[in-house]
Amino acid sequence: MAKIIAGVGSSHVPAIGAALDNGKTEEPYWKRVFSGFEKSKEWMAKTKPDVAIVVYNDHASAFSVEMIPTFALGCAAEFPPADEGWGPRPVPVVKGHPALAAHIAQSVILDEFDLTIVNKMEVDHGLTVPMNLLFGQPKDAWPCPVIPLAVNVVMYPPPTGHRCYMLGKAIRRAVESYPEDLKVVIFGTGGLSHQISGPRAGLINSKWDKSFLDNLSKDPKKLTRIPHLEYMREAGAEGIEMVMWLIMRGALDDKVDEVYRFYTVPASNTAVGHIILENARKGAGTRKAAGKSKRASAGKSRQAAARQPTYRIASKGTR
Amino acid sequence: MARTQQDYDDIPGTFVFDAERSRQGFGINMFCMSLMKDENRKAFKANEAEYLKKFRLTPEQTEAVLKRDYNRMLELGGNIYFTAKLGATDGHSFQHLAAVMTGASQQDYAAMMLGGGRSVEGNRSRSGKPVKAKSASTSKPKLKLKPRLKSKSKSKSKSKSKSKSSAKRK
Repeated sequence: MAKIIAGVGSSHVPAIGAALDNGKTEEPYWKRVFSGFEKSKEWMAKTKPDVAIVVYNDHASAFSVEMIPTFALGCAAEFPPADEGWGPRPVPVVKGHPALAAHIAQSVILDEFDLTIVNKMEVDHGLTVPMNLLFGQPKDAWPCPVIPLAVNVVMYPPPTGHRCYMLGKAIRRAVESYPEDLKVVIFGTGGLSHQISGPRAGLINSKWDKSFLDNLSKDPKKLTRIPHLEYMREAGAEGIEMVMWLIMRGALDDKVDEVYRFYTVPASNTAVGHIILENARKGAGTRKAAGKSKRASAGKSRQAAARQPTYRIASKGTR
Repeated sequence: MARTQQDYDDIPGTFVFDAERSRQGFGINMFCMSLMKDENRKAFKANEAEYLKKFRLTPEQTEAVLKRDYNRMLELGGNIYFTAKLGATDGHSFQHLAAVMTGASQQDYAAMMLGGGRSVEGNRSRSGKPVKAKSASTSKPKLKLKPRLKSKSKSKSKSKSKSKSSAKRK
């Protein structure tokens, strides 16, 4: 049986991709960002998933305004990097997992989530930047096949946080009904707070972001009740991307171990957030006992932080 | 045709790209999308007004594009991920566009971001009605009803694009 063992949340800021592609990772500005993902790459190298499901959004690359699917599942054998105006990013072609993707599509649609099936699609920075952050910069091939799930968060309204969370649960049921033994990691990408349009561009709300990450670990159901208006008001018009993290979270156990967190402001116009959550059973070992016993008093936001190596770097003016 | 008032029109300095703007701005966005191809960028640069005729923009939309009035484009249905392609065609970085939309110099804008970004304090609501400082942990769905503003905002939304500094800079 296939199994989702962990979830990764990560921003997908395009400027991060540009910094990677143009060899700027050692500049202090970018080092601050990339240093936060060193441990994540180690974690990923140890975890060695067989497949990654990457929830992301397209930014006027594969989808224009001609068609705006709310949830589009990539079922193709491969997904070339899109030309976003500067030529395609110099990253390997993303190989799909058509058999598992088709299985997920069939299962999830019969579970009443009406996905759009995509058999030919290019993928942009929304998908490839988080992959770089977790898998590094492989030259020839990514270490595992990827199933892209593109979510419309460009045209209002995106799916609600609750809908996303429930879709995550349906994806989990789908994965667990797949006969082959596969270790699956699911990514939720985008965010955190940012607004890149209009006179209010540049908005960052670190307090809100922190609270979002805390609840993502401890009390995701609370997050499913956040109305779109609040995302846009508090986290910026484009901060509404954060609903995609709830698909990832819905696909995990109710109780998870937060094994890593990183937050910094800014990368270009955006607050960078990152979290790794493991289904509790898998995180066996020294930290498990402490994690379990404290679990009863969920809501005390600091506990995960105290228990786990929480890692933060923030620029000077961060609130 | 007046725009249907929405609860999110109360957010200052923000043009939410909703279904109505998506319909209204189809031409702008498809025009921007066409700029992904080099031959189209050249054709556009050679004669902007002529090139735009293919996309059936309204006179207001055409004017906004020709003048590179990015806020006006958003107000008339452009979407930032699309209009950014126009900025790139002009050779501008995204941060340049962001600065233009906020009415700041690129230098000031970059400094604001390095300093932690624009604060949400004072930038939550146009109506001035107090919206409680919130964090994701305290959210309740009922907030949705609070800041809705019916009558005023129609005329306000017209002037939005001109009042570039309506969102307070920190």
